[in-house]
Amino acid sequence: MELLMAILIGFLFASATYLLLSKSILRMIIGTGLLSHGAHLLILTMGGLKKGAVPIVNGDGTPVTDPLPQALILTAIVISFGVTALFLVLAYRGYQELGTDNMDELRGTDGNE
Amino acid sequence: MSVLHIAILSPFLFAIIVPYIYKRLRQIHTGWFVLLLPIILFIYFLQFLPQVKEGEGIVQSVSWIPSLNVDFTAKIDGLGLLFALLITGIGSLVVLYSIYYLSKDQEQLNAFYVYLLLFLGAMLGVVLSDNLIVLYTFWEFTSFSSFFLIGYWHHRERSRYGAQKSMLITVFGGLSLLGGIILLYIMTGTFSIQEMVANTSTIINHPLFLPAMIFILLGAFSKSAQFPFYIWLPDAMEAPTPVSAYLHSATMVKAGIYLVARMTPIFAYDANGYWVWLVGGVGIFTLFWGSFNAIKQTDLKGILAYSTVSQLGLIMSLLGVGAGAVHFGNDNQLFIVATIAAVFHLINHATFKGSLFMVAGIIDHETGTRDIRRLGGLMTIMPVSFTIAFIGTFSMAGIPPFNGFLSKEMFFTGMLRVVKMDIFRFDSIGFLFPVIAWIGSVFTFVYSMILLWKTFGGQVQREKLPKTPHEAPFGMLISPVILASLVVIFGFFPNILSDRIIAPAVETIMPMFAIDEIHISHWHGFQPELYMTIGVIIIGILLYLTLGKWTRIYQLFPNKLTLNQLYDVLLPSLETGSNMFIRTHMTGYIRTYLAYIFTFFIAILSFTMWSKHAFHFESTNLADIGLYEVLLFLAVIIGTVTILASKSRLTSIIALGAVGYAVSLFFVLFRAPDLALTQLVIETISVALFLLCFYFLPRNFHLEKTRFKLTNALISVGVGLVVTLIAISSYSTKLFPSISQYYVDHTYDPAGGENMVNVILVDFRGFDTLFEISVLAIAGLGVYGLIKLRLARRKEG
Repeated sequence: MELLMAILIGFLFASATYLLLSKSILRMIIGTGLLSHGAHLLILTMGGLKKGAVPIVNGDGTPVTDPLPQALILTAIVISFGVTALFLVLAYRGYQELGTDNMDELRGTDGNE
Repeated sequence: MSVLHIAILSPFLFAIIVPYIYKRLRQIHTGWFVLLLPIILFIYFLQFLPQVKEGEGIVQSVSWIPSLNVDFTAKIDGLGLLFALLITGIGSLVVLYSIYYLSKDQEQLNAFYVYLLLFLGAMLGVVLSDNLIVLYTFWEFTSFSSFFLIGYWHHRERSRYGAQKSMLITVFGGLSLLGGIILLYIMTGTFSIQEMVANTSTIINHPLFLPAMIFILLGAFSKSAQFPFYIWLPDAMEAPTPVSAYLHSATMVKAGIYLVARMTPIFAYDANGYWVWLVGGVGIFTLFWGSFNAIKQTDLKGILAYSTVSQLGLIMSLLGVGAGAVHFGNDNQLFIVATIAAVFHLINHATFKGSLFMVAGIIDHETGTRDIRRLGGLMTIMPVSFTIAFIGTFSMAGIPPFNGFLSKEMFFTGMLRVVKMDIFRFDSIGFLFPVIAWIGSVFTFVYSMILLWKTFGGQVQREKLPKTPHEAPFGMLISPVILASLVVIFGFFPNILSDRIIAPAVETIMPMFAIDEIHISHWHGFQPELYMTIGVIIIGILLYLTLGKWTRIYQLFPNKLTLNQLYDVLLPSLETGSNMFIRTHMTGYIRTYLAYIFTFFIAILSFTMWSKHAFHFESTNLADIGLYEVLLFLAVIIGTVTILASKSRLTSIIALGAVGYAVSLFFVLFRAPDLALTQLVIETISVALFLLCFYFLPRNFHLEKTRFKLTNALISVGVGLVVTLIAISSYSTKLFPSISQYYVDHTYDPAGGENMVNVILVDFRGFDTLFEISVLAIAGLGVYGLIKLRLARRKEG
């Protein structure tokens, strides 16, 4: 299973990279979204995907899945959400002010004030 | 803090109050106040003569940075005292000269004297420091103050050019000197020169010996204007003439000579003779090159600059050859004459070159030009200046009865004895030394005569002179008269120097020998040196008389092949080169930078994996593959491919949402209910936000934006591959079990919860959560600020 997940994660990373290298700012944001999905799944996979019970105290001693990666991912999800939200609003404002969402036209050149 | 330290630092302290004096007492020339200090220092240093003659060095130490072994150790020995006397003595004369040379009303005298005092103190520090780091500190101070002094008339472009050039070259040398000092420290564990001299055997057998020696020589050669670093000196002639006389003939350019002399006991023992060859060879070539180039100069100070280069080469070559003496047991007295000649000529050069520069300044001051093509016939108009120049140039050319003759004779003696050296292959090509020395002396004679007769001989060309020439004021003549008198006195009575000053200095350079009584005599009998001198004079006169016929050979060397040209081409091309370099890869497109980052990511990680044989796959620890997982796997793949292929924003946003929901279903399958919940909610909000954003953006991506790009695809596949490989190999190499068992065991007791993930988030690792909340708060504030703040528009309105 982990092998399959590793391939999926690699695929998500590759797609995210491809999107990040494109010119449209929205595609770049979508790329970051895919990248964080990949990263979250990577953390989960590296923690081990052995089947066990849900990590809630059950009293009968059956093994549970590793709770630590889940806590880490939860934190990561929230943070990436905050960043994505800010990034989106930035793109929206940028488009409003500058009239373009093309990264090539947003190129900083020397001599620009 | 001893009196000696105060003496060394007093110019710095005095430099602080100079601007106050300048402001308060405008009606008196500031130089008069400054003049006191070098005179007092000169008298102060004179009192050490008897002590030093007895071989008693004075060492005073003040702790500076004890943890780094850096103490301000001041040491007076023969060599240091000789230089200190030169610096303060000529310093006094130069200050006196500058009082008459620089106008009180038109010049920024406060700046001038501050720089000059900084320089004076720095030079004293260089020659009296025993600690190499302190020496280096003062060394750079001389570079800086020289930079300021050359650029004193900073409104002139040539001054700024000359200042920059000398700065770049001498600081290059200074930094390599620092490198050499550090290497010496690595070898010996001390910065003290005395202790290094005591540890010579460690140094010469150390593998770092040669690099340290080359670094230190680079520093000395660039400061002392040796080939090929001499190019800064002619351009430094843009400085006011007192500065040229002081820094660029008598003192600063001899800092390199001082360093070589000071380092001789450390490096000269080397069994391969690198030191002797390098110092001697570079010196003798510089002697020839400088004198050869001096002839084609038309500016008085230009001739003097090249002649300084040449004479410094002479001293340097004598120091190099003299260092060979350590390899001879009983015969060493035969070879040590070179070192004596070096010290003697050092003094002589300071006297006659100082006076010649001052005369050049007088001529410039009184006629308005320094161009020898416009000068001539000043002999009867400026008799005193002529007399001084006569003494100076004849001494420089090596003609009796002046002091230059004596040191030139000794120079020839030293060079002739090189042939007798049967070490370091001197027996094979050592004969070149006296030959080049002789040719160089002929050229020296020729340019000395040009300097004298083109300026003072012939007819006055009044129409070409900006001013009506007349003799200089009395005050301006005092200093050159004193120096010229010294030339004559040392010429007639050289032995007043030999016991008191030269012998202790030579003993410092060559501490391994007991110096017998040094006797400098005019008459050696019919020795080869005498015939060489006669030859120099005869050939020199012939060459001078036929000057117009043979100077055409200078046109054989096109100007494009000079070292100056090299410098002038190299510096701008360095600038344009780095500009081009920046321009080619700093495109301003974010895509380019991301491509660099990802390429580097791929390269460094795959190289590490490959070189460390890190790829590792083990199937024992894997979980089973279930049907639902495969279905979700396909769902994510399809969603991602849709995003990649889609040309419309809406499709890609929805596909991203699908991927997010699939991920949350993965969380369900992998027993993570909290994650699934959060992921669902957040994916929903994100998609809503995307849609909000989408609403304001153009409906479709521009066509070229979604066009397939091969490089982008290759980079992406590389990133994906690297991540997959690393994930597989790191999963296959579990080095230790997880720490999660602790959390599992303690969730209920003592943490008092049942949901392990939530207990970790708020109990075990609550700090993460606190700052994650801060992140959200900052993001919220940021969003609010972005939307509400409209600074640009407010400015317009």
